[in-house]
Amino acid sequence: MLAFAIRRAFQSLIVLLVVGLVAFSMFNFVGDPIDSMLGQERTGADIERLRTQLGLDQPFPVQYYRFLESAVQGNFGISYRLGRPVSKIIAERLPATLELAMVSAVLAIVFGVALGVFTAIRRNGWAANTVMTLSLIGVSLPTFLIGILLIYLFAVELGWLPSFGRGDVVDLGWWRTGFLTQSGLKALVLPAITLGLYQMTLIMRLVRSEMLEVLRQDYIRFARARGLRDRSVYFRHALKNTLVPVITVTGMQLGSIIAFAIITETVFQWPGVGLLFINAIRFVDIPVMAAYLMLISVMFVIINFIVDMLYFAIDPRLRVDRTGSAQK
Amino acid sequence: MTDTVLKVVNLTVKIPTRQGVLRPVDKLSLEIAKGKILGVVGESGAGKSMTGNAVIGLLDPPAHISGGEIWLNGKRIDTLTREPMRAVRGKQIGMVFQDPLTSLNPLLPIGDQLTETMLEHLDISASEAEKRAIAALEEVGIPGAAERIKSYPHEFSGGMRQRVVIALALCAEPSLVVADEPTTALDVSVQAQIIALLKRLCAERGTAIMLITHDMGVIAETADDVAVMYAGRMAELGPVRDVLTRPTHPYTQGLMASTPLAAKGGKRLNQIPGAMPRLTELPAGCAFHPRCPIAKDKCRADPAPTLGAGDGRAACWFAGEAGP
Amino acid sequence: MSQETKGQNHQPATSPGETSQAGNRLTRAWSRAAGSDFIWSFKRSPVAVVSFLVALGLVLGAVLAPLFAPHNPFDPATLNLMNGFSSPMQPNAFTGEVFWLGTDDQGRDVFSTILYGMRISLFVGFAAVAFAMVLGVTLGLIAGYVGGWIGAVIMRIADVQLTFPGILVAMLIFGIAKGFTPLEQRDEMAIWVLIIAIGLSEWVQFARVVRGATMVEKGKEYVQAARLNGRGAGGIMIRHILPNVLGPVLVIATISLALAIIAEATLSFLGVGAPPTQPSLGTLIRIGQGYLFSGEWWILLFPSVTLLALALSVNLLGDWLRDVLNPRLR
Repeated sequence: MLAFAIRRAFQSLIVLLVVGLVAFSMFNFVGDPIDSMLGQERTGADIERLRTQLGLDQPFPVQYYRFLESAVQGNFGISYRLGRPVSKIIAERLPATLELAMVSAVLAIVFGVALGVFTAIRRNGWAANTVMTLSLIGVSLPTFLIGILLIYLFAVELGWLPSFGRGDVVDLGWWRTGFLTQSGLKALVLPAITLGLYQMTLIMRLVRSEMLEVLRQDYIRFARARGLRDRSVYFRHALKNTLVPVITVTGMQLGSIIAFAIITETVFQWPGVGLLFINAIRFVDIPVMAAYLMLISVMFVIINFIVDMLYFAIDPRLRVDRTGSAQK
Repeated sequence: MTDTVLKVVNLTVKIPTRQGVLRPVDKLSLEIAKGKILGVVGESGAGKSMTGNAVIGLLDPPAHISGGEIWLNGKRIDTLTREPMRAVRGKQIGMVFQDPLTSLNPLLPIGDQLTETMLEHLDISASEAEKRAIAALEEVGIPGAAERIKSYPHEFSGGMRQRVVIALALCAEPSLVVADEPTTALDVSVQAQIIALLKRLCAERGTAIMLITHDMGVIAETADDVAVMYAGRMAELGPVRDVLTRPTHPYTQGLMASTPLAAKGGKRLNQIPGAMPRLTELPAGCAFHPRCPIAKDKCRADPAPTLGAGDGRAACWFAGEAGP
Repeated sequence: MSQETKGQNHQPATSPGETSQAGNRLTRAWSRAAGSDFIWSFKRSPVAVVSFLVALGLVLGAVLAPLFAPHNPFDPATLNLMNGFSSPMQPNAFTGEVFWLGTDDQGRDVFSTILYGMRISLFVGFAAVAFAMVLGVTLGLIAGYVGGWIGAVIMRIADVQLTFPGILVAMLIFGIAKGFTPLEQRDEMAIWVLIIAIGLSEWVQFARVVRGATMVEKGKEYVQAARLNGRGAGGIMIRHILPNVLGPVLVIATISLALAIIAEATLSFLGVGAPPTQPSLGTLIRIGQGYLFSGEWWILLFPSVTLLALALSVNLLGDWLRDVLNPRLR
């Protein structure tokens, strides 16, 4: 287990180094940082001084190392567009995105698993068929259209919920939360549904197909033959056996939620890092783009690592023979 | 008759398909007395397993019982609804499946699988269930049972797993065990052990066994009675000694002649020409007539007589006419 | 389909007239697949037929937009600002003109902008998938056939990229490519940048499937035989291995097309895709969203419905194709 953990950690590190290289290349090759920082009025001496200051006169590997060094310390330079340290801007906006992503993820997992199990058990019932048909449309529906539809229904027509922003927020030290006010919670509803719906559909369809697969297995027949109750057969025996593939995909979906938050945040003008990123792309604000990329990859890598470790908790076969992980 | 455990009367199972309604089990009747072992033999697709599944009420839809009766200990069970039938499974009928490698849930320790079964059916405490689980594992010959209840299925060999499966089938002390090809997936070297174990445990408890197999050798050594099935119908039914040594149905005769058991003294093994017809293309009349050496016009026109429990031995118009 | 073509590939190809033979083999394989099961199961699936007709209608509408559209929305000469904000099917208050689906703020007919917008959406979608397909199939063949460190590097890159959602990769590539484009050309180049960004975000699926199939085929006797005959690696890959992976590649291409159309719409909606001067469906929805609160619902609704119909029909068609050609590809 430890060997496996170390190997996975090592692989994660490689992914981070590759992403770091991409981010670093963005800094160095996309546009001219000197141009971006000095603007129109500059002298040769200024350029030289800044060049040395930024370390641009050093060989490539040294520059890369320096970049990583400062990235680890959370230093991504100054935003071209906003003129403030990138790390500060991100720290301000990260809580908004994380709160949104968290609520969406919980929605997606709870409803996705529940509906997946339901549609698998009542495979031929009309309710399950309706859910399946709706989910097919849900998968094809672009996220932003769902958002617009919800805004139209609940904000424009019914006027129940706000259509943009976070509502009132409360400062808890450096974390600014929307969980503690009524308007904050109300503002969270539509974005969270928009963001979670697509992932929920995916999780539901996956849980359903895995459940159907598992329900065909001999040990489920045997569990029935032993006279166990349906509840025990479905949840204790069947659901647990679907968890390994479900967790894999769910883990990836959690990462996707943070990425898809970009779209939701744009639709609802949610002041998170996604909105920041999309604006950075529109104005080619390289430091913000690079920092966002690094941030997202660190999150993905952490999620993937947790997912891998969860396998061990669930599947005893992996604890014994390490080759078991190669079967997938 | 009072100690009859299982009584099946005119059982018919139907599967509606696009090619028409199939009858994998057709007007089948049999009986098993307390502590006795009935061997059910036949080729793949003859309806043996379907019969077993019908008895424990686990037919996969769209297959369903469309006629006949199943009685267990004097109680009719084929008409039971879902919930009462679930309570019968495990408690009164134990089941042993073919492949021990896939019969056990890979993610649960075997001890948990034993205790959950007992707690479901017996009115005992969790600690009592654990004690009994250890005892049950010891009984089926798992060394170090007290430690091994925490082990997962993959930590056991195939033969050991089948022992666990037998312990599971017997842990709620059922009066009948349906064993569906319990040794087919095992190494030849452990097959005999498993059969002997099953036989010993059931004899001790007075449990009846419906032993489904295609292995005539197993039947000869184990069973008290034998039922020979062909294309969903009962071909021949009787005490094992009679059926094996003096078969009267031409199919059983062919079957015996093709089994090494019966071919004594270097005689060449015979084979029955052709193959069992698929259920979609059953011939008119007796299903066996295209392969039957003594088939007459009557066989092509009329289905063979249905064999009721206690009736004659063979479902054939000309039973016993062709010598083995 | 791979099953069916396999048999024919066992014939050792002779050197003269190879090209035509390979061509024949492809057409024969195709006609065999098309003639029998393929068309049969198509006719039996109402979902597939309806999806196909909807998709075909939309594609035809887009391609023949100049014929159908009442006017060219990008030709200022045909516009009349007085026609602005006409409701669907209602005569305009000032000019009395009737527009089926209404007009936007500048008096552009919504029906025409949708037809022209769909052209851009479909062009980007098809071009991006074609790009992804060529890139993915080539890299997959190389990774599978040549293997070694080149293959390892290709698949490692694919793995890393697969960790990230496609839309994020596309956004990032779009942003970087934008950085490379001179300011004054950014709008002009946006469509091509979009194609490359979406194409690069979708090559991985192609590469993985092709690599897997290639490694299987590589070990078969007929490939060994071709190699013994002195056939070069490139020839073997194109002539023998490629026909065997066409089925799955076609399935992935269809599903990728739906993804690419949605990705394009999403990027354009977010304002990092097709520019307002060349609006795609996504851009139109972005513009329409501004009128959500003021009551001009048609500017938003009709492009949204069109996008939904397009994405859904292609998606369903892809699902059906996957079930027919390769049920294992789930």
